[in-house]
Amino acid sequence: MSSIAKKTGFGATVWDYITTVDHKKIGVMYLLAGTFFFVLGGIEALLMRIQLMRPNNDFVSAGFFNELMTMHGTTMIFLAAMPLLFGFMNAVVPLQIGARDVAFPFLNSLGFWLFFFGGVFLNLSWFLGGAPDAGWTSYASLSLYSEGHGIDFYVLGLQISGAGTLISGINFLVTIINMRAPGMTYMRMPLFTWTTFVASALILFAFPPLTIGLALMLFDRMFGANFFDHTMGGNTIIWEHLFWIFGHPEVYILVLPAFGLFSEIFATFSRKRLFGYSSMVFATILIGFLGFMVWAHHMFTVGLGATANAIFAVATMAIAVPTGMKVFNWLLTMWGGSIKVTVPMLYALGFIPSFVAGGVTGVMQAAAPLDYQLHDSYFIVAHFHYVIVGGIVLALFGSAHYYWPLMFNQMLDERLGKVTFWFFFVGFHCTFFVQHFLGLMGMPRRVATYGAEQGLDTFNLISTIGAALMAIGVLMLVINVVKTAIKNEKVGRDPWGDGRTLEWAIPQPVPFYNFRQTPLVRGLDTYWIEKQEGNEEGMTYAEPLGDIHMPNNSILPFIMTIGLFIASFGALYNMDADKPWSIFLLIGGLSILFACMFARSFKDDHGYHVHVEDILAEEERLYGKKGGNN
Amino acid sequence: MAHHEEAVVRTPVEYAYERKKRSDQMKMQVVTFALMIFLTLIAFIAVNAGFSPYYVAPIILVFAGIQVVLQLYYFMHMNEPNMGFISFFMWSGIFIAFITVLCFVTIIWWHTAW
Repeated sequence: MSSIAKKTGFGATVWDYITTVDHKKIGVMYLLAGTFFFVLGGIEALLMRIQLMRPNNDFVSAGFFNELMTMHGTTMIFLAAMPLLFGFMNAVVPLQIGARDVAFPFLNSLGFWLFFFGGVFLNLSWFLGGAPDAGWTSYASLSLYSEGHGIDFYVLGLQISGAGTLISGINFLVTIINMRAPGMTYMRMPLFTWTTFVASALILFAFPPLTIGLALMLFDRMFGANFFDHTMGGNTIIWEHLFWIFGHPEVYILVLPAFGLFSEIFATFSRKRLFGYSSMVFATILIGFLGFMVWAHHMFTVGLGATANAIFAVATMAIAVPTGMKVFNWLLTMWGGSIKVTVPMLYALGFIPSFVAGGVTGVMQAAAPLDYQLHDSYFIVAHFHYVIVGGIVLALFGSAHYYWPLMFNQMLDERLGKVTFWFFFVGFHCTFFVQHFLGLMGMPRRVATYGAEQGLDTFNLISTIGAALMAIGVLMLVINVVKTAIKNEKVGRDPWGDGRTLEWAIPQPVPFYNFRQTPLVRGLDTYWIEKQEGNEEGMTYAEPLGDIHMPNNSILPFIMTIGLFIASFGALYNMDADKPWSIFLLIGGLSILFACMFARSFKDDHGYHVHVEDILAEEERLYGKKGGNN
Repeated sequence: MAHHEEAVVRTPVEYAYERKKRSDQMKMQVVTFALMIFLTLIAFIAVNAGFSPYYVAPIILVFAGIQVVLQLYYFMHMNEPNMGFISFFMWSGIFIAFITVLCFVTIIWWHTAW
């Protein structure tokens, strides 16, 4: 019997996805789960915009508004933007570097499930006594006194999903260092791989401070510790520092992969080598490095003193330099290129002015004296939405179109995609551009309503209309996905016709082992080189056809996460005097976790080999008699 | 992977080279070890001599830092080739940890103490 024979059917497919360690399937799951949370966060945003549509509105209560804005921020950052980027990293990076999977496939699956159940746990707070309501930053001076279990859901949920993120980050670091195909030197790595690498290093260094902060918060709330309580000798500012030591690099964790995705799109559709490749790499590393030295610019008004503010102001402005290098490199990539305005390219073109606008307001806020005026106003809201929507969300949407054929062997509808872009793009600027002025007019952020005599009505109404346009754009993207899935038209290898990097050289659909033979990388944009030389196969091989070693699927990551999920409920309710059963949940859940860890540690899993005849049979199944690369 | 073992056959020249390298390494390890004992001695003496704690504490901290580096480079083999990435990541982590601690000591602790 063949070692790769598979059952089919719905139940078998679900089982396959729950147990899978295949980076391509995990990428799809990240994409699905991230989209789910993205829609959730979007609905929260819409509810807030409806509330702020007119003055003195009572569509939602002030308390519920606090929960909405907290969960909108937390969901969008931790549960939508990061997982969606991880989705693309999983789907693309191993293919870009010529690897058959990530370095730790088991951990990859574990990372996904931890993120997913952490997110589910956090969102269950809506049904279990109220969501967290102290803002996504959850400053200790506020969150320690928050009633109910909202903040506990925040702490435990982020702790779980944060562990998943850290695991995935380490996984990508090791993958990129160790799993590159022969010839794929560091300076031949595609920019998306480079930015994934630097973002993963940032995850490695930035998430431990968050973990510590959350752990201290957990102790304060659940066990009566006083780390952040100044009346007991603690210091509430410690939370702010810990949060922003994590929180500022987090911005770069999100935006660097987005830069990488856009770099791929610019080079592909300008049909030119990326301008200034080595300076792009240098700028990426420099941004990552400087990202750790600027966190206190979120805290200018805390009262750190003039010296500290000045140091952090200057460091912050310095980041504009490498970012500017990147923007000029993108412009010069297009300069003289033979530009094809496809949907991904449209998103990339829209990204440059939007992101630069966000960057410029960022430099304005870096000037500490001005920040005293802008702090906690809608100007800040406008700024970071320009960076996150104008930078990251546009990258996600553009890359969804760009990489759809790689992931699903189908092409999203171009015409519908262009309409989607314009709805979303116009809606985005309509929503957030006027918020700069709202901020300058004195509207504070995070307020549930405002007075009729304050002169804020018109701009708020415009902003709400813009939010509706963005919602239409997202709906159209979903319709596009459904329409494409129904049409189910296979597009084959390199459907854009201008693919440059290794992932486009693989025949479609990508076999589960990615590369029948490990490729030999002969330069930057290796597929482009092969195409220029008329190589029909798209790649040069580094080895003869032989047995392939692949990892086994495993249900353990899923069960481990279920255990942690149950234990979190135990920990959450353990602080209530009337719920003595919670301790059993805690012990039971942790037992499941440790039993799985024990099983994993003491039972060796060496994976299996796909033999040559299986490879040939699989290729015939996928591509017919003639094989894949012809 | 760990299941098959290779028998390595060395030429006499390779053998001599390896032997020379090992003895050089050994020499450095002994020197480093002596240096570390010496630093520890100074630390003990400084404490016992009754100098001001404001003088002794920083000295001991600096010596501790030096010992960590010596340990990493000479006993944990960070001075060998192909350690570039590992030392880059370690030094980056140390640097970030350092500015974090510096921040907590200066702009939280001292600043609020005044």
